[in-house]
Amino acid sequence: MRREAPRHPLDYLPIAFPGLMLVVFFVVPFGTMIAVSFFRRDPAGFYAPDFVFDNYARFLSLFFANVLGFSLFLAMTVAIVSVALALPFTHMLARLPRKAQVVWLVALLSVLSLSEVIIGFAWSTLLSRTAGITNLFVWLGIMEQAQALTPSFGAVLTGMVYQAFPYTVLVLYPAIVRLDPTLTEAARTLGASPLKAFFTVVVPALRNTLVATVVMVFIFALGSYLLPQLLGRPQHWTLSVLITDQAIYQSNMPFAAAMAVFLVLVTLGLVAMTVLIGRKGEA
Amino acid sequence: MKDILKTSVSRRAVLGTGLAGVSMLAMPSMLRAQDKSLKVGVYGGYFKDSFDKHIFPEFTKATGIAVESVAEPTGEAWLVQLEQAARAGQAPADVSMISQVAMLKGQTTELWAPLDAAKLKNMANLKETFINKYPDGRIAGIGAVSWYITLVTNTDVFKEAPTSWQALWDPANADKLGLLALVSNSFLLEVTAKSFMGGTNALDTEEGILKAFEKLAEVKPNVRLWYRDEAQFEQSLKSGEIPMGQYYHDVTGLAAADGNPVRSTFPKEGGILDSGSWAVSRASQKGEEAHVFIDYMSQPAVQATLSRKVGTSPTVKRELLDLTPEEFAAVSSDIDPVIPRYDLYQTKSDWLNQKWTELIVG
Repeated sequence: MRREAPRHPLDYLPIAFPGLMLVVFFVVPFGTMIAVSFFRRDPAGFYAPDFVFDNYARFLSLFFANVLGFSLFLAMTVAIVSVALALPFTHMLARLPRKAQVVWLVALLSVLSLSEVIIGFAWSTLLSRTAGITNLFVWLGIMEQAQALTPSFGAVLTGMVYQAFPYTVLVLYPAIVRLDPTLTEAARTLGASPLKAFFTVVVPALRNTLVATVVMVFIFALGSYLLPQLLGRPQHWTLSVLITDQAIYQSNMPFAAAMAVFLVLVTLGLVAMTVLIGRKGEA
Repeated sequence: MKDILKTSVSRRAVLGTGLAGVSMLAMPSMLRAQDKSLKVGVYGGYFKDSFDKHIFPEFTKATGIAVESVAEPTGEAWLVQLEQAARAGQAPADVSMISQVAMLKGQTTELWAPLDAAKLKNMANLKETFINKYPDGRIAGIGAVSWYITLVTNTDVFKEAPTSWQALWDPANADKLGLLALVSNSFLLEVTAKSFMGGTNALDTEEGILKAFEKLAEVKPNVRLWYRDEAQFEQSLKSGEIPMGQYYHDVTGLAAADGNPVRSTFPKEGGILDSGSWAVSRASQKGEEAHVFIDYMSQPAVQATLSRKVGTSPTVKRELLDLTPEEFAAVSSDIDPVIPRYDLYQTKSDWLNQKWTELIVG
């Protein structure tokens, strides 16, 4: 189907509403945030309109570089683990009978309805010493003594992957369902094992989808600030946690805004880089 | 900006918003149009619930002024909202319960309408420390309630109650502590200064503060949880998962009364005495009613009711109260308390916050 280029101003009407929403709910708030990030902080009170770079200067330190580095590393790990788990899962799901697929998808959607707080508390109980899964291991005779698995990096990662997994499946699902099954069949006929067919046919065919999914989950995970607090030690706190501290508890809006702007810029930069690398690979 | 504030309110506020709806349904009398009314901000959740139940209906009965209670978030989020609203000439609440650091910060922008001592006869009942004054002597706020943060333990794990804050430093308590995550609400610098450096005056200089930070760094290996969310620590304390820490004396007492294996101890160096004050937004049009409300709240009988029903420590002098020794011990102590250095969190807040974050995250 060929689409005609819009010739009349009225032809733009269908996108006017989403465009307006984008301006009202994204461009304006983000613009406000950028403006506030240059305001002058008054430690004894609030902030005053100004144009200073102090807030960015404070952020440029080894301490915040480490926190930012950890946040990016954590989000990337969550994205890769989620996709690595969700890809084989979705691939198998797509080959189940229609009814079974619906049941699985509804179950996954219901996980999405859980708030971050509930997920955090549930995992901190599951991983605790007094009521956690290690008690089950002790009962089964696998472990000597129940122990606490939280707070730890593993606990943060588990909680965040749990939260990101349904999104990952839902993003991968349409692409995998549409994947031509004859491709795999051809590979099998030519003598490839199911595993080999999966890695040499399915994965390369989905390459762009996979990259897009990793980017999406990465951005999703970068904003997480509750789970690192609930399941991690202070060294596992993300930049989002420190932004919240500044905005809510220190009422230092300019600094919080500067950190948030920086986080957004770094994220956009990384996404752009991923897209560029993807393009080059295609050429 | 406002969206950020709204999405990340504390547990007290989240509970409060829900309770606000419930209590309006439960008390239709408060919604009835009356000639005189007042919007009062109190910390959402347990506080607001208790005030709606035990305090506001009695006040309306006594004075004919209807109260519309507003759930406010703890911390400084409410201060920011009040200030921004006042700039636009609005008052989301006429009278608000305000923390001491927020009280000082609000003074720098003249957010609080000065109070008239002549209209506050009961002000004489209060302890002098609970009257907030502008540098030039005008009254900015009046002590509403106070509460203690004490050393709490799980009785199953610790058969003997600890006697000193120094227990936090004991190597035997490795990975067993739950402490508040922010410099401005944990007041651990003051605790360190009083326990090891002879008093909170040691924090007068930056060298003194850095020394306190150094001493405090020794606690880190003992800390399992730095909490912002009260529910998170309370649950872990009850189950024994995290058997020691700092927590609110009133809530711990309620949990113990419910049969949980927890206890709150006033260490020999004293519990941390924090408080909230009533302050009136300069944008409020209800100055008269606000004075009547603050004066009513400063009566010994009302303060005693608060101690019995809400579990807060009175701001009125001990000898004016009809509390029995047991009732007094349940909410307070005669041990000289650790008084937070609120002035530091106003003048050095960013520096302290940075050092503190580097201490616990680094």
